[in-house]
Amino acid sequence: MKAAHGSVFKYGDNVDTDVIIPARYLNSSDPKELATHCMEDIDKDFVKNVKAGDIIVASKNFGCGSSREHAPLSIKASGVSCVIAETFARIFYRNSINIGLPIIECPEAAIAISAGDEVEVDFDSGVITDVTTGQKFQGQAFPPFMQKIIDCEGLVNYINQK
Amino acid sequence: MGMTMTQKILAAHAGLESVTAGQLIEADLDLVLGNDITSPVAIHEIEKMNVDGVFHKDKIALVMDHFAPNKDIKSAQHCKCVREFACKNEISNYFDVGEMGIEHALLPEKGLTVAGDVIIGADSHTCTYGALGAFSTGVGSTDMAAGMATGKAWFKVPSAIKFNLTGKPAKWVSGKDIILHIIGMIGVDGALYKSMEFVGDGIQYLSMDDRLTIANMAIEAGGKNGIFPVDDLTRAYMKEHSTRPFVEYEADEDAVYDEEYTIDLSTLKPTVAFPHLPENTRTIDEVGDVAIDQVVIGSCTNGRMEDLRIAASIMKGKKCKKGLRVIVIPATQKIYLDAMEEGLIRTFIEAGAIVSTPTCGPCLGGYMGVMAEGERCVSTTNRNFVGRMGHVESEVYLASPAVAAASAITGKISGPDEVV
Repeated sequence: MKAAHGSVFKYGDNVDTDVIIPARYLNSSDPKELATHCMEDIDKDFVKNVKAGDIIVASKNFGCGSSREHAPLSIKASGVSCVIAETFARIFYRNSINIGLPIIECPEAAIAISAGDEVEVDFDSGVITDVTTGQKFQGQAFPPFMQKIIDCEGLVNYINQK
Repeated sequence: MGMTMTQKILAAHAGLESVTAGQLIEADLDLVLGNDITSPVAIHEIEKMNVDGVFHKDKIALVMDHFAPNKDIKSAQHCKCVREFACKNEISNYFDVGEMGIEHALLPEKGLTVAGDVIIGADSHTCTYGALGAFSTGVGSTDMAAGMATGKAWFKVPSAIKFNLTGKPAKWVSGKDIILHIIGMIGVDGALYKSMEFVGDGIQYLSMDDRLTIANMAIEAGGKNGIFPVDDLTRAYMKEHSTRPFVEYEADEDAVYDEEYTIDLSTLKPTVAFPHLPENTRTIDEVGDVAIDQVVIGSCTNGRMEDLRIAASIMKGKKCKKGLRVIVIPATQKIYLDAMEEGLIRTFIEAGAIVSTPTCGPCLGGYMGVMAEGERCVSTTNRNFVGRMGHVESEVYLASPAVAAASAITGKISGPDEVV
């Protein structure tokens, strides 16, 4: 069973890729280097406080804006184990699946979960548990085709196996 | 069940008679695009794939436009990486300094995008080519890598929103005002995952440059693509620029749309998007007194010939407000030359503006117009997110070339009627 477990960083609507990773850092494509500036323009303390396994929870249209794969790459390299949102912008959604960053759409969880809560996500069942409050939510399951890409940990491995 | 324009193009490229919204398909690609920021990541990924080279050396376009001419050593390393890849794989459509332009202005100009194509690009504004009746959409670097390797991409067939454009726009109302009005109406996620299909008798009044601007910003409403039907103007444009055969698609009469809007273009006014989202729109009579520090006229949204002509017609014989930095960026080398021959470059320079070689630089806060704390810019670009053009406390106001040019003269956000 694949799962995520960590404490929550919470953000609002329309978190765009320019605040996830500002373009002034796009002269690098090294995920580790990008991670040192992740979320910098929306939350200066994110990089300081994030621990391996932590979870980002946001409202609508997370990851809107540019197609820079550097955005999910920086989030993944910062140690985040899962992003939960009401909705994702479509390019960010695609990019996350393609690079193997687990993301789940779940409006109920995105609204109910608070910053700092301890949350568990079971990727097989799509169940999200707020350990702090005891609430459980059912996230949207991936279509089987996307699940295969996720199981291969990204599009490159999926293509190589095909 | 009938299909939309987008669905018909996707069905044809997936070898299927028909498709329906939500269906997952694999489609053949006519063109795969990348730039100097996204391509290095894609090249890194393709090197991990068990493939021998690229699927087709003529169906890949690599454009060095974001941080080129290179702004620093790291961006020079990126361009070098792409240059070596292009050379090794004999990519015919590799555009470096001297030949390059801003990708979404360059590719249609070079005839690489035509009606009926399926195009992916590792740049979110790849949706621009919908103006020509193509399905084109932005993807990330890994999709670009897979596209370069296999010539295919997976898609979830989108549902669509229909925008019925009627009437003739007033004098200073351009494609930019129309798309800003639409984004203001439906919001930055109003078309999330969906096609935006533009139809109606109002389209006859929209130039190709207007249509390219409108399709370009479909992504700012969350759209997967924006698309126009093909008419005589589109055919003439494609015949002028391309030798490639094209296929025209029209939506079926019984195509299903999630939503339909009718917009009377004659009622629209010049429109400005206030910080920090493209949906924060106000018409020019509602903007109030907003003093500015910088004006940028250019980008994949508004750096084309008609944009420069409109801006120059407003600035001719006038001076930019003292203390204001006014940056004009023709989007391609051809546009630069044409603007020079028409005397537009002289108009800009005599007004006190600078004219730069083609680059995306300032639009994304890269270089060539980065802003300091507390500064405000009126820009013909496409995004006004927090920190987009520089300091996290700077502000971007999105507008048409006409509004940007008028604001360059007055030093505050102004409509063209204030200065002409």
